[in-house]
Amino acid sequence: MTHLTYISAAYGLAVVVAGWFAVDAWLRMGRARKRLAAIDPRARR
Amino acid sequence: MNMDASATLLSSGSGGRGLHRFANPGRFLRLSGKVLPWLAAFALVLTLIGLGWGLFFAPADWQQGDAVRIMYIHVPAAWLASSGYLGLAICSVLSLVWRHPLADLAAMEIGPVGAGATFLCLATGSLWGKPMWGAWWVWDARLTSVLVLFFLYLGHIALVRAFDSPERGARAGAILALVGVVNLPIIKFSVDWWNTLHQPASISFTGSPTMYVGMLWPLLFSALGMTFGFAAIVVARTRAGVMERRIRGLLLARAQQEAGARLEAAAS
Repeated sequence: MTHLTYISAAYGLAVVVAGWFAVDAWLRMGRARKRLAAIDPRARR
Repeated sequence: MNMDASATLLSSGSGGRGLHRFANPGRFLRLSGKVLPWLAAFALVLTLIGLGWGLFFAPADWQQGDAVRIMYIHVPAAWLASSGYLGLAICSVLSLVWRHPLADLAAMEIGPVGAGATFLCLATGSLWGKPMWGAWWVWDARLTSVLVLFFLYLGHIALVRAFDSPERGARAGAILALVGVVNLPIIKFSVDWWNTLHQPASISFTGSPTMYVGMLWPLLFSALGMTFGFAAIVVARTRAGVMERRIRGLLLARAQQEAGARLEAAAS
């Protein structure tokens, strides 16, 4: 495969950027859900 | 503005009648909770098929060699950068005209994801440009207009968070987003209006694609998968934003109640 370094860097970058946003969104949602459940009795239902 | 109050405003206005159903944060959380796992699953499967196909099974280009495989990330990232900004502008209209309480939250959450897509587009373009053009960057009309889009995203991210009042931040951000829309046709038509190093579009709504079909299919799978991924991340971030806004509201109400009780106790 030609230009392997550039191709690997591009695909690696895509995985890092997409993965970072996905994990950040997932963790933020989990934190907000737990915190809301702790202070809002309606959220526990 | 309180979200419940905004929902009432929307339901009473004639323009926002069709939108008020989705102005209720509780309804949004229920609906998005059902949709999100499907969006994420479709995104993962379609992106893996598209990128795996493009990386291992699609043919190399006769001129570009295997560097053409960068296109399976670069082109969807470019489409998402522009369409994400269009989404941001639509949310801004909804926020400015109908005061839709979820639209300003969605705009706030689209900004960083759109900036990420634009960064990915610029970075993968550079990684393709170095072996093909011999340069990481050229001040070409297409590249420069996408760089301006990246700065517009960064400006929006900074502006909506620069005010103590989230409503004022959302208003200022919405105006910036609408002004920045002028950049979208410039990006689209830059390769036609100016003599650019960047190649013209290979796929259009009106004509048949100028790409080999063995390269087109993995590109479409990758683009669809990444679009679902973009939507899933924005929905997840907006869900978190709705819950965080409710937490802030509850904590503020509790603090006001306690302050009131203390004042009453001090008076008696």
